[in-house]
Amino acid sequence: MAVEKGTWLLKRGLAQMLKGGVIMDVVTPEQATIAEEAGACAVMALERVPADIRAAGGVARMSDPDMIIGIKEAVTIPVMAKARIGHFVEAQVLEALGIDYIDESEVLTPADEAHHINKHDFRVPFVCGCRNLGEALRRIAEGAAMIRTKGEAGTGDIVEAVRHMRALWDDIRRLQNMPEEEIYTAAKELQAPYDLVKEVHDIGRLPVVNFSAGGVATPADAALMMQLGAEGVFVGSGIFKSDNPAVRAKAIVKAVTHYNNPEILAEVSRGLGEAMRGTSARSLAPEQQLAGRGW
Amino acid sequence: MTTNGTQPPRIGVLALQGDFAEHAASLRACGAEPVEVRLPADLAGLDGLIIPGGESTTIARLLDAYGLLEPLQALTRSGLPTWGTCAGAIILAKRAPGLDRPNLAAMDIGVQRNAFGSQKDSFETDLAVAALNGRPYRAIFIRAPIIDEVGPRTEIVAQLEDGSVVAARQGHLLATSFHPELTGDDRFHRYFLQIVRESAHPAPGGK
Repeated sequence: MAVEKGTWLLKRGLAQMLKGGVIMDVVTPEQATIAEEAGACAVMALERVPADIRAAGGVARMSDPDMIIGIKEAVTIPVMAKARIGHFVEAQVLEALGIDYIDESEVLTPADEAHHINKHDFRVPFVCGCRNLGEALRRIAEGAAMIRTKGEAGTGDIVEAVRHMRALWDDIRRLQNMPEEEIYTAAKELQAPYDLVKEVHDIGRLPVVNFSAGGVATPADAALMMQLGAEGVFVGSGIFKSDNPAVRAKAIVKAVTHYNNPEILAEVSRGLGEAMRGTSARSLAPEQQLAGRGW
Repeated sequence: MTTNGTQPPRIGVLALQGDFAEHAASLRACGAEPVEVRLPADLAGLDGLIIPGGESTTIARLLDAYGLLEPLQALTRSGLPTWGTCAGAIILAKRAPGLDRPNLAAMDIGVQRNAFGSQKDSFETDLAVAALNGRPYRAIFIRAPIIDEVGPRTEIVAQLEDGSVVAARQGHLLATSFHPELTGDDRFHRYFLQIVRESAHPAPGGK
């Protein structure tokens, strides 16, 4: 019987398998092994974690394929990698390398300031960032099979992640309570296709899995995002910029599973050593803020 | 089962990581009562258990971390009807090479993890499943394992065209490489609930 690959169900389905899990940024095969050992449900292979991208300045691009292959060989869990916004050739390269999920990410320097990648052209699924419902639905219209709220990557400050998650759910709840005749105008205001807006109105959530990203540094941060409606978390700099990455990574994995259990959260929050020092998101100049990238 | 006036069966869904919410929704649609299982205390009074899709390495670690491994090994061996989908099948299998943590090792099958390659080789296809009457079953394989070894007491429930075993049953235990919880076709959930009814297991331990 006919076999079909790269279908919407398969793209969205892999994100469903990641739910309730932690996706960790790693820059070497050794870090990938630590992440897998700690219970990460996937790793994000990149050359520098966002905190170091901020520090280094310059142009941030897709990672070196050799580095990505090294990480793929080190673990059995899914491996994700980042392409620049709009850089569909980086995405073609990542697909050819056999990456499991592509993050079209504002953390890298955008390659196109008007258009994102047409993600329907690919068999590999994409995750994209958003700050609100309109942005999420524009990405889904372009073919994103998973969404993450952006937060402010590389800061260790959770405030932007909270802002974006609350904004997303606020938009969804407003839409859900709207009479049907108002949805046409809502679609115009959200700058998103009517059919997707109507679907959110009907089901009361995004049509794809939604994780939280950007600023998670502690088990409590991770559980906070879960209680605010995330289905899992990305942790970038928060693990490998801390004192004891292996212990902190394990603690964040447990915190995401038991996000509603304060006793377990208290227990896993102990003995972690120092968290990443971080940067207050408020202290960033507008040109240093990554979340504003994406259209 | 709700129609004959008896209590709906209480089916635990292991909720450590993965798509447990989809299984819970499918169970509810079939008239069963899903119970999310994260700690040993959640195992009390279950009529059956589903181990969902997700990452088997993550699930195996969390099983161990909160003392679920031993009670679940005992329950699955003593007859609690249990169904594992994809990662869940890996958690149920006696032989799962490459899985670096102990699993339930309840079902006499061997699995090859991630047998088809990376995500771009994930696929969907129609399966002929004799145990489900009627039309073919649309099966979703996501970085899926295959069942490459089947014990003498294990029956094959579904195979790919090349003969790879992708669903098997051993009495009260069911394993599928694919994800019936993602399709909206609830015939596999009804099949499992039939196994639960046939087993009519007296409310198992966990007190």
